[in-house]
Amino acid sequence: MRLQTNTSLALFSVLEFARDPTRHIPASEIAEKYDVSPHHLAKVLSELARAGIVESVRGVGGGYRFAANPRRVTLMDIIHLFEDLSPAVAARTEGKEVTAVERALAAVLSEIDELAKATFGSITLSTMLRLVERQQTASKSDQDKPA
Amino acid sequence: MAKNPPDRKTEAANDTITVRPVRRGDLDQVIAIDATVTGLEKQSYWRSVFRRYGTAGEHQRQFLVAVSDRRVVGFVIGEVRDWEFGSPPCGWVFAINVDPEVRLAGVGTRLLQALEASFRRAGVRKMRTMLARENTLILSFFRSQGMMAGSLIPLEMDLDA
Repeated sequence: MRLQTNTSLALFSVLEFARDPTRHIPASEIAEKYDVSPHHLAKVLSELARAGIVESVRGVGGGYRFAANPRRVTLMDIIHLFEDLSPAVAARTEGKEVTAVERALAAVLSEIDELAKATFGSITLSTMLRLVERQQTASKSDQDKPA
Repeated sequence: MAKNPPDRKTEAANDTITVRPVRRGDLDQVIAIDATVTGLEKQSYWRSVFRRYGTAGEHQRQFLVAVSDRRVVGFVIGEVRDWEFGSPPCGWVFAINVDPEVRLAGVGTRLLQALEASFRRAGVRKMRTMLARENTLILSFFRSQGMMAGSLIPLEMDLDA
């Protein structure tokens, strides 16, 4: 499973919002942090708002804030909003007889996809935030080590 | 999407829960929790599990229960296995279950922490488990405890009759 740019951007954004659910974060701040165009990001945030993951805050200091339950929302819930998860090989060969080689390759690709789906479906935003903290701690202790 | 639930339930449950080794008298409640969750009552299976894990009295095998107000509300079973699949000794979690009525209150976390402590006392530094990838609920639980995909890949095949 290869994630599209919009999907990765959605995951980065949701995790930024979920890290501090009380804070309104302007879209421009996330766009700058991840080096993407604000216009591109706006489309992603609007889709997340439609799904109830974030909500827009109008006025001065506006932007978006987290609106969901981080213990309930999984990475798969976000990915589903942006990706077509139907089997790719079956769609490509529609109307034609599927060869044994294609079937064999589809079986292997499907094995990988199923593992990816199980992984994304079992990791909640809360779990991800703990991973983020662990990464920060590890990176800080690496920096503190004497050269 | 629902807003964050309050954490009071978690705190209250943590205050009143005790985790201890299983006793013979707990077995009916363990069987009842398993039957509620799986839809199958497996009396003889659980009696044999009790004989194997519940009477060991050492850190190698553990069968622990979580008790709240003298009622068993969850259980965990684990064992230290040496050099299985070419791996140095590690602690395997074979089963963990919590009464659906008291879920999301930290009972599973308490059980797993107690098992971790016993594995540490047994001298192992890695804990493993294996479960169906469709079992999102328990998969999410283990992930929330910090578990990640390990170095082993389970493989299987159907055998001809």
